[in-house]
Amino acid sequence: MNLWNKLMCYCRRRSPWLFHLNSGSCNGCDIELVAALAPRYDAEQLGVRLEGSPRHADILVITGPVTHNAVGAIRTVYSQVLGPKAVVAIGSCPATTNVFIDSRTLDGPLEKHIPVDVFVPGCPPRPDAIILGVAKAAEILAERAGKNLPIESVMIPISECACADNAEPASSEVQL
Amino acid sequence: MNMTTALARLLIFPGLLFAVPAAWFFLWVERKAVALMQGRIGPPFMQPFYDFVKLLGKGTPTRSGVSGLLMKAWPLIAMSSAAGAVGLLPVLPSSGGFQGDLILLLALMEVPSMCIIAAGFSSRSIFGEIGSAREAVLNVSYNIVFLLAILSIAASQHTFSLEALAQLPATPLRWLGVLALLVCLPAKLHLNPFSLPNAEQEIYSGPMTEYAGPELAMWELSHGLEWVAATGLVATLAAPHVTIWWLAAIIFVALSFAIVLLLSAVASATARLAIDTTVRFYWQCTIIFAVLAISSALFMRLRS
Repeated sequence: MNLWNKLMCYCRRRSPWLFHLNSGSCNGCDIELVAALAPRYDAEQLGVRLEGSPRHADILVITGPVTHNAVGAIRTVYSQVLGPKAVVAIGSCPATTNVFIDSRTLDGPLEKHIPVDVFVPGCPPRPDAIILGVAKAAEILAERAGKNLPIESVMIPISECACADNAEPASSEVQL
Repeated sequence: MNMTTALARLLIFPGLLFAVPAAWFFLWVERKAVALMQGRIGPPFMQPFYDFVKLLGKGTPTRSGVSGLLMKAWPLIAMSSAAGAVGLLPVLPSSGGFQGDLILLLALMEVPSMCIIAAGFSSRSIFGEIGSAREAVLNVSYNIVFLLAILSIAASQHTFSLEALAQLPATPLRWLGVLALLVCLPAKLHLNPFSLPNAEQEIYSGPMTEYAGPELAMWELSHGLEWVAATGLVATLAAPHVTIWWLAAIIFVALSFAIVLLLSAVASATARLAIDTTVRFYWQCTIIFAVLAISSALFMRLRS
């Protein structure tokens, strides 16, 4: 790997820009995603920025169980994000369609339509789990800078998050 | 100013070699200051550099025809003219310059916003077009005050040369002009409360919606260079004149830094105004100061 590729790996890991797409979510995960960017968790320390346009984004963050109406939007937005890109599915809904399974209004799970890199399970997942998922996706992007790796999904085990048993996360102490 | 010094000023100091790191630094200071004001920790020091390199490594959508070519050209034109504007700033004393370089500086500082307007329209995105229209209206509203303020400073001191303006002692009239310039800077740099063209929650990213990869990196860089040029212009007019070159450079950088902090604090403390409120603010409230400044400048000139 030459110097430019090394620099690119380094920078991709530190500058994940997100585009958030709601595919029929109940808004629970969306609130948690915003909470991850708000002062208590402050994902901007990792360089995370929520972008307004899919053209600017590196990581597509999808919530919701994928309704019939959302399928077209998901495909369009996925093709609008320019490579190298990664997809993070937030919550149990895009992974399994959760409690909405067998609903006639759904066309899920998400993996039927686009390749997913990281699943962050939970209903909803805590903000630190979301940040962990985004960081993992950024690492996947960085690895792809050097070599042409095939897409392989990663499931973040709930035990890996600091909040496994709903204890207060250590990192969230408010300093005044 | 001969060819060599002009090239040195454009490429080394205060041109590209100094201005590009300064642009990244100012972008970082803005984000960090906003984060601190909101009780966050904020991005690491090298963040704008990481973003720039990452954007260089991303793909761009394939576009065909004239509009595709134009969309490639706009960010480059904006970036290079902003860099040229920075190169004209008289940071070091006796660095040369020519009669009328103030006018050239103003023209070069205007090019990036013209490019933003054109870029939004040539992207054919509905959000880009709305953003461009807003940028055009914003441009018309703040530029009258901005140009009148500069004109009053130049008219009161009988010169259009930046070097001479930097050397002349500051008069009360010049402070009035500098104040009017400071009021215009948030609109020029698209900061809150005048962040209408790139209003994230309303029209996605405005004129930048369709841009990606290296082109977006150029836009980010040109925005940073605009920061350096705009704060540098105010710092030049406000700085006391010193003959020791390193002291002059330190005062210039410190003043620019203070202006960036001030603008970021205002940006994080305010919410976005609607377009009609913005136009009313500039055309009804701020223009009084500008007209006052220009009329007293002309009056002083007639009397002397």
